[in-house]
Amino acid sequence: MAFLDALLNGLTLGGMYALVAMGLTLQYGVARIMNLSYGEFLIAAAFAAFWLFQVQAINPLLALVLVVPVAFGANWLIYQIMLHPLVKRSRDRGELEVNSILATFGLLFVIQGLVLLLFGSNYFSYTYISNVFIIAGSPIAADRLLAVAVAVVLGTALYLLLMRTRPGTALRAVSVDPRAAQLAGIDVRAASAMAFALGGGLVAASGVLVSMFTTFNASMGVVFTMKALIVVIMGGAGHLMGALAAGLILGLVESFVAVYVAPGLTLAATFALFLIVLLIRPTGMMGRAGA
Amino acid sequence: MMALSRTTLFGGVLLLAGVIGFALLPGFVGGYGLSMAINFLMFAILATAWAMFSGPSGYVSLATVAFFGIGAYTVAVLGERLPWGAVLLLAAAIAFLVALLVGLSTLRLRGVYFVIFSFGLAELIRQVVNWYESTQAGSVGRYVFLDITQEQIVWQLTAVLALLFIVGWLIERSRVGFALRMIGDDETVALHCGVNITLIKVLVFSLSAAFMALVGAIVAPRWTYLDPSIAFNPNISFQVLIMALLGGARRLYGPLLGVIPMVLLFEYLSTHFPHLFSVLLGVTFLAIVYLVPHGVAGLIEGYVQRYRKRFPGKRGGENAGAKARQGGAL
Repeated sequence: MAFLDALLNGLTLGGMYALVAMGLTLQYGVARIMNLSYGEFLIAAAFAAFWLFQVQAINPLLALVLVVPVAFGANWLIYQIMLHPLVKRSRDRGELEVNSILATFGLLFVIQGLVLLLFGSNYFSYTYISNVFIIAGSPIAADRLLAVAVAVVLGTALYLLLMRTRPGTALRAVSVDPRAAQLAGIDVRAASAMAFALGGGLVAASGVLVSMFTTFNASMGVVFTMKALIVVIMGGAGHLMGALAAGLILGLVESFVAVYVAPGLTLAATFALFLIVLLIRPTGMMGRAGA
Repeated sequence: MMALSRTTLFGGVLLLAGVIGFALLPGFVGGYGLSMAINFLMFAILATAWAMFSGPSGYVSLATVAFFGIGAYTVAVLGERLPWGAVLLLAAAIAFLVALLVGLSTLRLRGVYFVIFSFGLAELIRQVVNWYESTQAGSVGRYVFLDITQEQIVWQLTAVLALLFIVGWLIERSRVGFALRMIGDDETVALHCGVNITLIKVLVFSLSAAFMALVGAIVAPRWTYLDPSIAFNPNISFQVLIMALLGGARRLYGPLLGVIPMVLLFEYLSTHFPHLFSVLLGVTFLAIVYLVPHGVAGLIEGYVQRYRKRFPGKRGGENAGAKARQGGAL
């Protein structure tokens, strides 16, 4: 029984991790921006959903439609105004990584500080759906299930967008080699901005979804950034399927460690796993060799 | 050669003056002055130790607080059982060993992978300590009752800072320092030139970790109460990073130039704008990244360079400013 509980819990958790990481894999894999303020955008969206639900009585699914376009636009602007100068300034990929880490690090504090200012440092949560389903004797909350369902829809849509459309192909081309993509007539700056904004929209969507079933506070963004980074690096930067697999593995490991070893050691298990993957395959489970 | 020895002499005199200044300081200032001096010395050591490894090598580490916390916890656990000197040595030794182990397994990670791992390492250690304290030791916090005054903390930190500058200076001049800069410029080239890159990286990383642990151990008695969220507060890593970058991480004295304004700024912000602290910290950080990308040291050396170009023949030779400007991201 405990096994099935852990399995279901791990799968829903892992699905959420995969969704959270998908935006970052776009931002890092295509736009080459290592965004340390990623989790802050998630928390900001969670607070937006909370505010819309409690104050304006707008349900979270509708909030999704409101929050995601705003986040998309904001991230597009951030890339064009803040990050593009860094891309121009950096001579190679390594330098851009360091520069973007430093810049988004400042952004992290600004966003976190604003959320703190608006909402304080208390923990928040709200109840949207309180039903519980029983699957083979194991309880699973309906809001969690709904979140995972929306995550699957979003993930599929993104996959189709990248694999089946021309703009999606352009994004993948930039991810493989920005310089060669330019030679093929792709506007790299526009594609990168698009990828960064798409990633921002995705993380806002996951923020709204996560807010339906977890308690959150203003300083929790870093936790999500860490998890997303681990998933992205484990899966191989820019690989949607890698992110999905890594997310699920991470969710399952955490859930089983919490049940069978000790709840206090889940983060330790996460890092142990991360380290093992990096030592065996430094470019991630599905990354290209020498990428 | 002449210019070099003159600079060295100047640095030595400055160091001596600083040591004497801090040694006599407790006689002139009150409790507030002392606590500011401790803050300043603490961050000066942490930032300089950080830059000793991360500056030339280009490996941005966010694990500062991991080693700092190890030092503080060594004192919390063993402070009353062993003589003080032994506790300090043990703190440095433990951090050195942990850094050695971590370094051997992770320093093959390049760039962002290393940043993320070091960022997580501190959190990992905090979680494990937290778990151990709450399930095995019985309570999350510990009390540190040691008979160590603020004056003594200032003196100890001054001694450590002086030692760090001497060690850093020796490393910079030695083959190890040269190899480390080479690794920062191009690791593959360094490897092909016969540099044992793993040994060099792990050695300097562990050495800087030992200094960070010493700071943690020395300032631990100040808190009296200690728990993992105090000893392993990730903000310390972030602040150290900001200070070292503002000052300029490619020069030994660089971080110091960042520590002085930042300690004052943090003090001012946290007393006058406690609610806006985080926002202003972020804005400061952004301003540094965009406006002073090579730190104050790079800025100064750039001016010196331009001055020398306009009045040539006064002192030729060293292209320090240009080197600082073009040499890598840090």
